[in-house]
Amino acid sequence: MASATPTDAVPSPAASQKGAVGWRDRSAVAGRVVLAAVGGYAVASLATALGSVALPLPRAEAVSAATLASFAVMAAAVVFVFAARSLGRAALGLGGVAVLLAVGLWLAGGFSPPVPA
Amino acid sequence: MSEARRFRPTMAWLHTWSGLVVGWVLFAVFATGTASYYKDDISRWMRPELSEAAVDPAAAATRASAFLAKQMADPGGWYVKLPTVAEPVTEVYWWKDFDGPFHHALLDPATGEPTRARETKAGDFLYRFHFELALPPTWGRWIVGTCAMVLLIALISGIVTHRRIFADFFTFRPDRSRQRSWLDAHNLVGVLALPFHLMITYTGLVTLAPMLMPWGVMAAYHSEAPHYFVEAGLMPKGRLPAGRPAEGLPLGEFVTRAERAGGELPEGFTVASPGDAAATVTAVFEEPHGLAHLHPQVTFDAVTGAELSRNLPAGAATHTATVLYGLHEAHFAAPALRILFFLCGAMGAAAVASGLILWTVARAPKGAAPAGFGLRLVRVLNIGTIAGLPAGIGAFFLGNRLLPVTLEGRASWEVAAFFGAWLLVAVVGALAPRRWAWPTALGLAACPFLAVVPADLILVGEPRFVPFDLAMLALATLLILAARTAMRPPAALARRLPAGAIEA
Repeated sequence: MASATPTDAVPSPAASQKGAVGWRDRSAVAGRVVLAAVGGYAVASLATALGSVALPLPRAEAVSAATLASFAVMAAAVVFVFAARSLGRAALGLGGVAVLLAVGLWLAGGFSPPVPA
Repeated sequence: MSEARRFRPTMAWLHTWSGLVVGWVLFAVFATGTASYYKDDISRWMRPELSEAAVDPAAAATRASAFLAKQMADPGGWYVKLPTVAEPVTEVYWWKDFDGPFHHALLDPATGEPTRARETKAGDFLYRFHFELALPPTWGRWIVGTCAMVLLIALISGIVTHRRIFADFFTFRPDRSRQRSWLDAHNLVGVLALPFHLMITYTGLVTLAPMLMPWGVMAAYHSEAPHYFVEAGLMPKGRLPAGRPAEGLPLGEFVTRAERAGGELPEGFTVASPGDAAATVTAVFEEPHGLAHLHPQVTFDAVTGAELSRNLPAGAATHTATVLYGLHEAHFAAPALRILFFLCGAMGAAAVASGLILWTVARAPKGAAPAGFGLRLVRVLNIGTIAGLPAGIGAFFLGNRLLPVTLEGRASWEVAAFFGAWLLVAVVGALAPRRWAWPTALGLAACPFLAVVPADLILVGEPRFVPFDLAMLALATLLILAARTAMRPPAALARRLPAGAIEA
């Protein structure tokens, strides 16, 4: 792709070293940090919850496995947010995954109250 | 730019900035965590009054429960760690509920009263600072957990940034430009111990997982979270208090029962709802040989003494999690492996420190241009942390030897020495002229480590503490060498370039 670098991309190291970072770059970076922290944690939490109720393992094992993997999920989400071409794309991608996970969790009964034992 | 060609610079940016914002906390976490590999040795040194002695675990347990019964009406629970020959002291905790606070005391096994050994937080202070930063536990753990997550991102982006992982094992160019040298140093300590860095970061997150990521347990167990720990095999099934009082058996009775049930002396006992008719006593055994952090446990009826339950066998996923936990704590590591863990942890601290310094070196203005506010701030924080924290640890040890043994609130004064020395070095580093800031701060940090050796030899002077004193001497030497290196003007580095060499 030969298009110009979008203004809301992460500033290049050279640009940030020269201090030539405008307010647009700053707010784009701030947006990514917030998206990575909040969105990344939301996706990791949803994935952990879904894995805990949907993995074909005994209940406690499913929880252990999903919780173990949660930090890798969050790391992947954060890398995706910073690697995406623009903040909009990052938000769209992460939001899409979050919606899919939430629907899956709802279908798997993760939001329903517990069945009395 | 194509996606692939944009990816690497983006990750370089992410590595630089994610590493910078959490670097100072991480340096403290790495340094105190590395010291905690020798937590027990530090504690022994800091309580010189305790030395090897024969103990009677059953009598000590009964005396400890008598002490605990006097501390709090209707307690939620007790924990009694039995004395051993090497550690002849009974450690007790008591609490109202699991939200804390958890009260703590060290008892003399022979009397059941608080030990007459000097009052100190000992190795536990550094150990808890490693994941709680001396803040209220929940706050500290969330801050350290967040920083560990950011470190995981910094490690991943750092690996992507790096083209020549293997070649960097053999690359160190101390005589090239300062930026080159610091980059080489950062790469060397970062890459050499990379498997350790990844392992320790991820396993550190796993140790905090129940707090950082409770949503799996919530989704599968809703309000019955404790059932997870029972079903996973992490603890035996307990029971709710009955609400009527009943006299329990003396705690010492359970030492032989536990020995019969578990085949060895237990490490300690947890008592749930002591004094209640449905109270339970759980014997906690040492981890079996291997990597997993998974203590076998047997629960007894506190009143009748009958065995009630044991923890279920852990499944593969839970076992994996406990192995990760065990890898982080390294309880399994014998002396040689422990040294390796210690060196890897030190390399982690060095990777953080060199990365922080590299950030300032790469942004140093050329010629006489003034340094901006951001650069000056990072420099001051770097000196304050990298030289200040070791100074604090040294002062903590020195305070242990110099403060009067009977001083009121002695343990808090040791902690005050830790933060006071840290603050002093940070302030001196911030106020000193720039050329002298590093050498002065590092030189100051060496002083308490140097002073600890004569203080220990004169005030205590026991042969068993010589290895600790030698370690102090080694740390002092390291800091003095660092101060000397920082004193060399940049021109001295340039002069050592071979004639005709071209600066890369």
